[in-house]
Amino acid sequence: MTQPATAPPASKRPSLPSLSTLGPLLALLLACIFFATQSDRFFTGTTLSLVLKQISFVAVIAIGQTLIILTSGIDLSCGVIMALGSVVMTKFAVELGVPPILAILCGLAVTTAIGALNGLLITKLRLPPFIATLGMFGIVSATTQIYSGAQTVTNLPPALNFLGQTFNILNTPFTYGAVLMLILFGVAWFFLTHTAPGRHVYAVGNNPEAVRLSGIPTTRLLISVYAVAGLLYGIAAVILVGRVGAGDPNAGQTENLESITAVVLGGTSLFGGRGSVLGTFLGALIVGVFRVGLTLSGVNSVYQILITGVLIILAVATDQFSRRKA
Amino acid sequence: MRHSKLAVAAATLALSATAAVSVALAQSSAQPIIGLITKTETNPFFVKMKEGAQKEATRLGAKLLTGAGKADGDNAGQVTAIENMVAAGAKTILITPSDSKAIVPAIAKARAAGVMVIALDSPTEPTSAVDGLFATNNYQAGVLIGQWAKRAMGTKKAVIATLDLFPGQPVGIARHNGFLAGFGTAGISATTRTQVNTGVACAQDSFGDQAKGQTAMENCLQRNPNINLVYTINEPAAAGAYQALKALGREKDVLIVSVDGGCAGVRNVVGGVISATSQQYPLKMASMGVAAGVNYVKTGKKVSGYTDTGVTLITNKPQIGVKSSNTTFGLANCWGQ
Repeated sequence: MTQPATAPPASKRPSLPSLSTLGPLLALLLACIFFATQSDRFFTGTTLSLVLKQISFVAVIAIGQTLIILTSGIDLSCGVIMALGSVVMTKFAVELGVPPILAILCGLAVTTAIGALNGLLITKLRLPPFIATLGMFGIVSATTQIYSGAQTVTNLPPALNFLGQTFNILNTPFTYGAVLMLILFGVAWFFLTHTAPGRHVYAVGNNPEAVRLSGIPTTRLLISVYAVAGLLYGIAAVILVGRVGAGDPNAGQTENLESITAVVLGGTSLFGGRGSVLGTFLGALIVGVFRVGLTLSGVNSVYQILITGVLIILAVATDQFSRRKA
Repeated sequence: MRHSKLAVAAATLALSATAAVSVALAQSSAQPIIGLITKTETNPFFVKMKEGAQKEATRLGAKLLTGAGKADGDNAGQVTAIENMVAAGAKTILITPSDSKAIVPAIAKARAAGVMVIALDSPTEPTSAVDGLFATNNYQAGVLIGQWAKRAMGTKKAVIATLDLFPGQPVGIARHNGFLAGFGTAGISATTRTQVNTGVACAQDSFGDQAKGQTAMENCLQRNPNINLVYTINEPAAAGAYQALKALGREKDVLIVSVDGGCAGVRNVVGGVISATSQQYPLKMASMGVAAGVNYVKTGKKVSGYTDTGVTLITNKPQIGVKSSNTTFGLANCWGQ
């Protein structure tokens, strides 16, 4: 009875900005105004470029996380997959002497394969995404430690640091990693809103049974989503390597929660089918703005964690509220 | 039918596993069993500590059991590890407490069962909760880099940023306060329990992580571009700070000092990324602990009190009046290769 009723509002959604899309924008604006009153260094190009480069790799992970959450899944293994990717690409280049570009491709292949494996576990073994990716978190995290001997990989060839390099716009340095992040958000937005497979991602999250009955290959779609997410974690690894100048086996332990935070703050529903990748960008920006803003205001960074927690609860409450009204 | 076959198979497997375990236990009952419980399985510091313990155990013919919390601060995981090790017949347990207070009751139970418990690296609260403590004097480690930094800065006015661990962590507070005390900030002593920020331009938590350290440093520099002296809780955070400074072309005129002395860290001292670091000795803590454990099994003699496992200032720019060793010594004595 209730299932057919949910379909029409889903198709109407893009035309009318709801409370959950305006919420993050409003929160971001309010935060910016507040920090501008606290520090005269806040409204500068440098602050903007800092925020962009600091959020870049978590935000790219969050794109993958958004795709997965839209299908009403979740990925707890994203951060450690990125860490494994960073170790693979740096070790291949530094210790095996593989040409940097090829080493990066090997890293991307590994992360994509693990993503696809997550998808296989979820569709073929019918494991709940939470469980499949929780298990994968342990497997990948331990594999990374074993493979790297818990040692950071340094002395990287310049090509691996490329995404950490900067160029100037109006005397403000921006990293290529941040630019790549913006491009990926653009591509993901186009994919989700202007292509048929993109619409299918929403549809699977809303009603997988209806999608299956309408002849869309659900299993293949889900495996592809997890594989693409894995590829995005690999790209995040390239950005991370460029940023810190090292392959870091200890990275990625908290990025699962940080990426989910960005997705939720951006108004995407954890129940799937509703939300947008642009919202995720805003969500990541909010976290980044608070981190820089609080430092500039001289506030202890523990308050960032507190405020982010409050914002998460507000965001989900808003989502629930707008659902009840709809 | 399929289900019952599966059940039989599972039961057989379980039985044979149990049998294997009991054989293993019976075989090892003659051997001294020593348990090592670290804060995490993955932190390189603890990985090296485990290697040191394993080497010494093999040398002395002891059996080493290892366990760890799931993450830094995971007390429940450490309690479970203690219980399991007591059940497995460990006569000595070496532990790096994640939570200095919450672990005390579990340690008391183990000691009541006749197990000698030695804290490694971090103390318990109260310190008397364990038989002994083998650890770096973290406050002293901070004092050394503080004194060095004071000399190295000379007459230049210091604008200090500190990249700390995370709020309320005793090791982080001891190093941070030690650094400031060594630098000459008044009103700090080894017993100061809270972080002092007098004269610090920017204090941020780095969680000991390179990427987070870099982010923290970028934000500190945005807050105060004149920062010219950076204290970091450990060398990954220092490497992050260096990246942030390098992006602004400031890496030459800012001093970065750190604590830990891991091999990657000492190599960064060689490369000029870090100006000076205080080296500690996790392998020594562990091997001393294992040796004490074997001795306890053989002679029944327990250790007591605090054993300072030592700390050495590693730098290639020695300053008059501050005792230090160069990076050749540092690399020869760093944990792992």
